[in-house]
Amino acid sequence: MIKLTVNGNPVEFDGDPSMPLLWFLRDEQGLTGTKFGCGIAQCGACTVHVNGEPRRSCVSPMETLDGADITTIEGAASKEVEAVRAAWIAHDVPQCGYCQSGQIMSAVGLLSLNPKPTDEDIDLAMTGNVCRCCTYHRIRTAIHDAAQRLEG
Amino acid sequence: MGRLLILFAGAAAIVTVGAAVPAKQADKVMTLKSVHSFASIPDQRQRSLALFQEASKVITHARCMNCHPAGDRPAQGDDRHPHMPLVVRGVDNFGAIGMRCTTCHGPKNFDPAGVPGHPEWHLAPIEMAWVGKSLGEICEQIKDPARNGGKSMEELVHHMAEDSLVGWGWHPGKGRAPAPGTQKEFGELIKAWVDSGAVCPAT
Repeated sequence: MIKLTVNGNPVEFDGDPSMPLLWFLRDEQGLTGTKFGCGIAQCGACTVHVNGEPRRSCVSPMETLDGADITTIEGAASKEVEAVRAAWIAHDVPQCGYCQSGQIMSAVGLLSLNPKPTDEDIDLAMTGNVCRCCTYHRIRTAIHDAAQRLEG
Repeated sequence: MGRLLILFAGAAAIVTVGAAVPAKQADKVMTLKSVHSFASIPDQRQRSLALFQEASKVITHARCMNCHPAGDRPAQGDDRHPHMPLVVRGVDNFGAIGMRCTTCHGPKNFDPAGVPGHPEWHLAPIEMAWVGKSLGEICEQIKDPARNGGKSMEELVHHMAEDSLVGWGWHPGKGRAPAPGTQKEFGELIKAWVDSGAVCPAT
């Protein structure tokens, strides 16, 4: 039996240990805010936080997550999340929106560890999150905006 | 003039390739000769050299070279293409802030997606860069504590023979050629090389 926490709630899993976390979140927990994009860690749409750091849930088998603390877009709550939410709205970041929960989880992960990132810091942290609408310029602007909001 | 430029560029490319370990050459070798097979070389210096040449089939294999890059970015795959997505070593060789190795690489290989993994997945430090260097340069480098992570020769043997991340090279998961032989055989070759004087190739 694998025991973990999802958005603060203790949950258990006794199915196929090789099943990716993304399947568990979407199909068993009903948390469909986290998206399936490529399934091979190339697009970032499935990004969640594992023990506070960004992780691609599509390539994270359940057997490696016993005792892990998982946060999805539905459960994300922190000052960084609030700053990113406000900046994303202010800059009207999403276009189609499919990749955005992954983008936001990566942006929050970056700001949690680096509250004042440079353009290069943002590019290197967000390089694994693909947006087919090419909203990259708005994402970068919004992360800078969120950093300013965090300053205060 | 255009033809001259092309000829010059071709010559430069040949010189460059000739100086460094040829990429992919080692990857076609699947086995290692045993230490015993070198016992017939009477000259200790020549035997040491031959032992290192054999061990170099592992050192220059894609499984090792991909994560010993000369720059900030690792390679991946048997064809040693640049890592996708773009990742960098960061300050501690475990990736950039917000895009750590652990963002995608878990504690074990995940074959359904072809993503390799290990609990200590990270790049070799820049002072341990091997890409673009000749075998002789790599050899001198791995003997130098300033460029081998401060290891004595005894610790170097232990690293090659016992280190778990080094050992991943023989268990790389689906879609990646394993390093030749076994880690045990590789460790024995390195130990025999050290015991025979750790002689390095001239080039």
